[in-house]
Order: sequence, then C-alpha cells, then structure tokens
Amino acid sequence: MTQRPDPHVTGTFPVKRGLAEMLRGGVIMDVVTPEHARIAEDAGACAVMALERVPADIRRDGGVARMSDPEMIEGIKAAVSIPVMAKVRIGHFVEAQILQSLGVDFVDESEVLTPADEAHHIDKYAFDVPFVCGATSLGEALRRVGEGAALIRSKGEAGTGNIVEAVRHLRSITGDMRKLTQADAAELFDWAKRLQAPLPLVQEVAKAGWLPVPLFCAGGIATPADAALAMQLGAEAVFVGSGIFKSDEPAPRAKAIVEATTHFQDAAILAKVSRGLGTPMTGIGMDELEHHYADRGW
Amino acid sequence: MYGVLALQGAFAAHRRRLAELGISSREVRTPADLAAVEALVMPGGESTTMSNLLGSSGLFDPLAERLAAGMPTFGTCAGMILLADKVLDGRADQRSFGVLDVTVRRNGWGRQLDSFETELDVTGFDGPFHGVFIRAPRVEAVGPDVDVLAFHGDDPVLVAQGALLAAAFHPELTPDPRLHERFVELVGSAAPETEEV
Repeated sequence: MTQRPDPHVTGTFPVKRGLAEMLRGGVIMDVVTPEHARIAEDAGACAVMALERVPADIRRDGGVARMSDPEMIEGIKAAVSIPVMAKVRIGHFVEAQILQSLGVDFVDESEVLTPADEAHHIDKYAFDVPFVCGATSLGEALRRVGEGAALIRSKGEAGTGNIVEAVRHLRSITGDMRKLTQADAAELFDWAKRLQAPLPLVQEVAKAGWLPVPLFCAGGIATPADAALAMQLGAEAVFVGSGIFKSDEPAPRAKAIVEATTHFQDAAILAKVSRGLGTPMTGIGMDELEHHYADRGW
Repeated sequence: MYGVLALQGAFAAHRRRLAELGISSREVRTPADLAAVEALVMPGGESTTMSNLLGSSGLFDPLAERLAAGMPTFGTCAGMILLADKVLDGRADQRSFGVLDVTVRRNGWGRQLDSFETELDVTGFDGPFHGVFIRAPRVEAVGPDVDVLAFHGDDPVLVAQGALLAAAFHPELTPDPRLHERFVELVGSAAPETEEV
C-alpha cells in the first residue's frame, strides 16, 4: 500500500503520555502478590502497582524502603494482562533502569520509598518507560513534568487511609491552575518564580487551564466515597494503596471503588456500591504521624 | 446527539476532537445515557476494565442491541476490541460485542515499551495520518465484509464495516481531525436503526 518504509518509533513522549491518557477514569491498585493482582484485575483495576509492602506496612516496619525484588515484579506481570507499575526511590535512576529492563509499563518515582537523592529527581527523558511522580503543589507538579514525567499524582499521605492530605494537595494544584488562567503575561513571570517551575510550562498551564499531562490522585483513599471525592475535586483517576488490601474484604471493596470512580457524580450509584463492604482500614490521624512522606521530593 | 462511552479511558479527548468539529456530545455511563444518543464513540482504555463496568452498569445488553440495530459507532484501541468478533489473549470472562468481523489480539504489539508512533496511509486521505499506538490490539484476521482503510506494514490498523469504524491507534491523541470527520460522514450517511432486532 505504501512505497516508503513505515517509521516505527518507540519511547517518545506522546507514547509515554498516551498510556497515562488510557488510564483515565480508572483505579490503579497496590498489590503485593500475584493473587492480589488477580483480585485487582477481576475487580476492574486499569493497572496494578507491584510492591513488596503496601505503604501502611512500610510505615509500620520503618527502616529503608527500596525497589521490590524483580522476581516478585515478574510474578505479578505474569499474573495479569493489565499494565503493571512499580516504584523506585526518588533519584534512584539505577532502580529505574532495572525496572525498565524488566519491561514494567510505568515507573513510579515515589516518596513512599526512602529517597536516594536529596536534591535531584531522575532525568525521566533518559528512559523509554513512562514515569509517574507525586506532587503536593502546582510548582512541584511542573518541576516533575519538566523532568519528563508523563503523569502526575497528588501525593496525599500514603498508608494512612486518611483522605485529608490528598484533598489539600488536589485543591492546591487545581486552585493554582485556575488562578493562572486569570493571570496576565507579566504576572506569569512572577508565578514561575514563586512556583519554582519552568516558565514555558507555567505559560502552557495558563493557556490550557490544566497540566500538560494527566493528574491523578493518590494517598489515603479508603472508601468509594473517597475515590469519588478525589474525582469531583478534579483528579482524572485514582491510585489506591493500602485502602483495599488492608480492609476486611478486599475484593468487593476493590470493585466498589472501581464503580465509584466511573460513576463519581452519581450519588445513587455511590450509595449502592458503598453498602455492606465491611470495615475499611482503620486509618491514622495526621497528628499521630511520625513521618510525612509527602514532604519527600524537591 | 453523539455519545462517548465514558466508563474508563480516553473519553475526554474524543469529546474535545468532536467539539472542534462543532459537534456536541455526552458521556455515556448508564442505559439512560445510551438511550439519548444516536451515534457512539468507544474510546481507548483498558478493555478488561470496560468489560467489567459494562456489566455492572447494566449497559452491556442495551448497547449490544443498539449495535445490532446498526448504531454508527467508532471504536479506538480498546473500543476496537469491544467491537471485535473474536478476541485473542483476553481474559476468559472478557466480553465483546462481536459485531465487527475481525479477530484481534490484545496487546498484540507487546507491552508499553513496544508502544509506538508511525505515519499511516489512509484510503481517501491526501497526506499521511499520524498514528499513536498504545499497547494496541493487533488485527489478525478480517472478514469479507470488512474494508481495510489503513495498514501498518502488513497489519490492518483501520477498518470499516457498515456503520462501524475501528482503529487500533488513537486519533483522539493527535490534533488531526480527519478520522473524526470520516466518522461524522459515516453517521450522516448511515441507514436509520432498525426497530426490531
């Protein structure tokens, strides 16, 4: 049909961002075993995050949290057909090289693990695999986009089952985006300075009214209502970590959170799916916390 | 009214492309939403997730009826999988509507690291169309009533059959409006839906 050889280019930014676009409206679930991964896929997860311990256990155990064992990640990859993500420590580009060589579909440069570099995040343009990074503010989100992140998630406070920090971070990011759309050209220079973010990205947000990549929510979602709250506040998909497998009955809760994320504006459906799910994870108040993971990242 | 299936995936990008052509659309999540539309876009996303949600939202059966009655429908990526007659490498419980006479292999090009961009020659278009393939389905067989409108190498990547148009790639992720225009033409020329199935 064609005379010219078809180009076939992999690892480009549109291709990385493209997978983030495909995850919109979905739920990405933390899983620690192939069996968990299958429960997540059965429940309708659009992707799974393979890790050795859910954040609530990392918090309980203390010590240094690192990339998971490749064998464990491969076991999860083999168990499901949906995309598999895995976490690396902030700045630990060798862990990212290893995950890329394993063929994971997305790398999370995550504050839930113990940071490896106190000044630098990973140069994500150096990779073919897409990256997701956490952010507490618009400036932090745009710094990560500037480094090549294909997806941003608000950080919240992982492993707490408490949505309050996720709400704070989402409101901060979306609120500042709304303000940027009202700023004039001169004010944008000042915004870039205050946000400590690249000016061209600040100008892009001012014009588009949104980040150049999708914005998801993570950290503290424990119920279908939490997921719908994040979506109504502007998140385009949700990550659920400890909230599912630290609850009484993970499978029905996982399914309910998937349905709540799709039907996030329909209170009657939210009421229906919230019934009879057993006890959610107990959760932790912010004043009881020893470590705020959200403070990690620069 | 155009509808965009909004259970999960890249539905917002499709609505933007349609809006740029002056076409308003609504998101379809429930049977009531579906009843209000005359044409449907089924976007990319995770086909297993959508298959699940089609069941739990009560959409599967009414949507199957509308497709059988000839509702004009444009499926991209996961949307193509949902339309396909036969799905390889899907989950055992994964449901598809079986109205498009093709056999597709889920993630037939590989994992995300194998996702790619290319230029496509589309039948009837003057210049090449930029194709973004994300964990895309691979069409392994097409039936006699299916027109292949574009290939990548030897693989069909854009097909049409009656009121159906299906792409293995993502025209909603690139600014080129021509494929959405092609769908709008298809909707304009489609026969009215049959009352009885």
